[in-house]
Amino acid sequence: MSTYPGRGLALHLLTQMVRVRRFEEKAAELYSAGKIRGFLHLYIGEEAVAAGAQRALGPDDSLLCTYREHGHALVRGVPMNKVMAEMFGKQEGCSRGRGGSMHLFDTEHRLFGGNAIVAGHLPLAVGMALGDKMAGRDRVTACFFGEGAMAEGEFHEAANLAALWKLRVLFACENNGYAMGTALERSESQTALTVKAASYGMPATSVDGMDVVEVETETRRVVDGIRSSGGPAFMEFRTYRFRAHSMFDAELYRDKLEVEQHKKRDPIETFVARMMEAEVFTPDDLTHIEDKVAAELAEAVAFAEAGTLEPVEELTRYIYTEGV
Amino acid sequence: MADFLMPSLGADMERGILSEWLVKPGQTVNKGDLIAVVETDKGAIEVEVWDSGVVDRLWVEAGAEVPVGTPLAHIREEGAPVEHAPAAAPVQIPEAAGVAAPVQAAAPPPQARSAPSSSTGGGVSPWARSLAAERGVDLSGLTGTGPGGAIVGRDVPERPVPKDPLQGMRRAVARAMEKSKREIPHYYLSTEVDLTDTLAWLAQFNADLPARQRVLPIVLWLKAIALAVHEVPEVNGFWREGALTLSEAVHLGVAVSLRGGGLVAPALHDVDDTPLPELVAGLADVVTRARRGRLRGSEMMDATLTVTSMGDRGVERVDGVIYPPQVGIVGVGRATERAWVVDGAVAVRTVTTLTFAGDHRAHDGHKGGLFLSAIAKHITHPEDL
Amino acid sequence: MSTVTYREAVRMALRESMTADERVFLMGEDVGRYGGSYACSMGLLEEFGEERIRDTPLSESGFVGAGIGAALVGMRPIVEVMTVNFSLLALDQIINNAATLRHMSGGQVSVPVVIRMSTGAGKQLAAQHSHSWEGFYTHVPGLKVCSPATVVDARGMLLAALDDPDPVVIFEHAGLYNRKGEMPEPPPSVDLRTARVAREGTDITLITHGGCLWRTLEAAETLAEQGVSAEVLDLRMLRPLDWATVHQSIAKTHRAVVVDEGWKSWGFSAEVSARIAEESFWMLDAPVRRVAGVEVPIPYATHLEKASIPQPADVVRGALEVVGRG
Repeated sequence: MSTYPGRGLALHLLTQMVRVRRFEEKAAELYSAGKIRGFLHLYIGEEAVAAGAQRALGPDDSLLCTYREHGHALVRGVPMNKVMAEMFGKQEGCSRGRGGSMHLFDTEHRLFGGNAIVAGHLPLAVGMALGDKMAGRDRVTACFFGEGAMAEGEFHEAANLAALWKLRVLFACENNGYAMGTALERSESQTALTVKAASYGMPATSVDGMDVVEVETETRRVVDGIRSSGGPAFMEFRTYRFRAHSMFDAELYRDKLEVEQHKKRDPIETFVARMMEAEVFTPDDLTHIEDKVAAELAEAVAFAEAGTLEPVEELTRYIYTEGV
Repeated sequence: MADFLMPSLGADMERGILSEWLVKPGQTVNKGDLIAVVETDKGAIEVEVWDSGVVDRLWVEAGAEVPVGTPLAHIREEGAPVEHAPAAAPVQIPEAAGVAAPVQAAAPPPQARSAPSSSTGGGVSPWARSLAAERGVDLSGLTGTGPGGAIVGRDVPERPVPKDPLQGMRRAVARAMEKSKREIPHYYLSTEVDLTDTLAWLAQFNADLPARQRVLPIVLWLKAIALAVHEVPEVNGFWREGALTLSEAVHLGVAVSLRGGGLVAPALHDVDDTPLPELVAGLADVVTRARRGRLRGSEMMDATLTVTSMGDRGVERVDGVIYPPQVGIVGVGRATERAWVVDGAVAVRTVTTLTFAGDHRAHDGHKGGLFLSAIAKHITHPEDL
Repeated sequence: MSTVTYREAVRMALRESMTADERVFLMGEDVGRYGGSYACSMGLLEEFGEERIRDTPLSESGFVGAGIGAALVGMRPIVEVMTVNFSLLALDQIINNAATLRHMSGGQVSVPVVIRMSTGAGKQLAAQHSHSWEGFYTHVPGLKVCSPATVVDARGMLLAALDDPDPVVIFEHAGLYNRKGEMPEPPPSVDLRTARVAREGTDITLITHGGCLWRTLEAAETLAEQGVSAEVLDLRMLRPLDWATVHQSIAKTHRAVVVDEGWKSWGFSAEVSARIAEESFWMLDAPVRRVAGVEVPIPYATHLEKASIPQPADVVRGALEVVGRG
């Protein structure tokens, strides 16, 4: 069971979750309106993981995510209007409109994607931690991935290397039960993911990803352990996505009832309920947060709408480093 | 039915350029019709066909240069089936001397495809086209030595092949004269002929004639010479392979100088048998066509004895150089006024120096002298010409 | 001037770069204790230690990706993939990450990783150890691809690659490691931009790189005896390729043969041919010919292996056909 956070932390956690939730809802709406194109993978239902886990990371640590990374980007501090503009394909976006929804990058906030190959960024995380270690830096490299990535060879190679070479990598698995349309039980011989990870010789913890307080507490503990031990660790966040894999998904692989069941454990609603019960929050707090988020979101949408398209003549730039 | 071949239009001719077809496939031709224009060193020559029939296929394109004997077209009998390939395979021209290029293997026949990995035959490489455009060279006149017979850069000459026939002609004349002086033991005779009365007769004769029909002295000379041949036939023929072959016909080659330099001596046929007015017309025609470069094959080949007249150049005496394989050449100088002895007294007479150069292998000075006397006799009796 | 082998030249560059720059390290299978599968790093473990001469497990994807990650945080890793045939396991990292990170991030990151791979056939190692994938890698925008053929380039291009802020893939033909060459003293630095005229000529341009250079030069000798003056271009850089030097040569000779060990169809030589057709068409006196690998996986038996990749006689024959004497 988790402890109660102080009001300040609680408000912060809620604000982050609400920011992510409203952003994702808006993104779905804008996608249906044709403003956002390509693929759109929504984080709705999983907000507690980003909001809670990133509390353990400092500005100097590195963060790598999957293509379901809007929430992580926002929590990390990438300005909402730059995220929105990126999804609109405008050059004011955080990746200059070159990446889109799946490739949000912001080196200032040490966010290295937005990676669209499942498990493809795990070796990168290992390398970043290796480079840091060789250069005498003790920062942590956190890479978030879905449970589907644990079937990929690159997870196993990365886990082995990180443990073998003793690198400060947090392998953070957001287990939402489905790798696109394939349930965990149908793709893993060993569904106890911590057992898999632990077999590489690193500490492995499983937490309730719907409880932002538990996420926050446990991640901080694990990351502190990484910092002090100098070696990697694995965390499983048991979570659930309320929406489809992406906007194209008809969700034929799971029961609507199942979704409804999980919605009862909505991380935001359950957290608000608990905090209200503990009188940490007042209804005004909620209104205040919602209003602030609405304003931030409106400004982000306006910013994205007003954004400009990169001139086509610039197409072949940013392939190689210029001016060298 | 037969193949029309690239004719030999001169002893030294090895190849010719088919510059123009005068017939189309499907056209009916009769023996003697003009079928093509062939460009030789001696100039453009209209060539007659020796068969009658229907022109079946033209195998050689206008502008192509091919060796003598190359089938150029097929003449089939009316009603015969259409042919598809020449009876004899065409032979490729060897590389022109002086062009630095690897020696070519024989090119494949036109219908055959080269090896699968090679390019398609008969094309023109982009580089060749660029060069040709730059140099003002006509691609259609070129033979290709590239893969599959394609025209490639080395096939494009530095400068366009000059169309001016005179350059080739000068070469031909030079060759002929060289050969003549090298091989023919010339002997030289001359006599002087009092033309006064002849010219007076001529003036009378021409008085009522329109300009075009007026007989020039040279025409009288030609007739006189032709008749003299009957008396000394040894001067009229060909020396070949160590023997003299006399010609029954008297076809006199008339030396015609061309504008811009150059000399041809086309034949006037059967001069001995031709009345003066026809000779006048014939000579005018030949001279005109000679100067336009439109002589016929037969005119180039058939002269049995040549006459060179330098009178209009102001030259009193010309000792000619025999055109092989002929065995003599008559030279007619300018008619000048001289102090002459007539009936024991000095008078002013119009006199011409008449020369004869003869091939001493074929005849000797005695015959030559008889010949000159015969000419002199005939020219002084113009009313019998 | 000294005589060194190609592998010694590589080792020179490894040693020099690691001595001069602490950010440089070498990572790959058997580079440390074993001394390198082609002995390029022999002795370096003792000199630089385990951290910087880093033996990896058999995890091509893992350690190539790690090299890319290390480059992202400012290191200058040299990742040695034992042979290009094994690099196929790491294609996701090389193509989906190394080549794209700069672009996907809108120019925010650079990936200064160097990936060295041995390539080519000739040692009867059969199909899974003998292929040439230059055509594959040169296809990818975001990568730079080198093919050093000489000892000077074996050393120089590795050093230049380490200075380059972008991912550089270096192909070292396995048949070259023992080859001796002259290394000037002091050794010269080289660029990653230009092709080199390895032999001047006037009748035909033979365009090649890497392991095929020496066979092509041999062919040029034979052609000279037959009166054909061949100009041989050592491309050196495959991406970006020095098209200017290629066009300049063709403007002179008007004929081209491309020699490459990769399969003829859909590959490296096809690109060179296409580019010549696009940009030097009006200069051409004959179609561009390719002398390249036969469409078979490399066979084991030596006579078959020899027949499946370009030999000097193949280059001679190809050139003669183009000149019009084949």
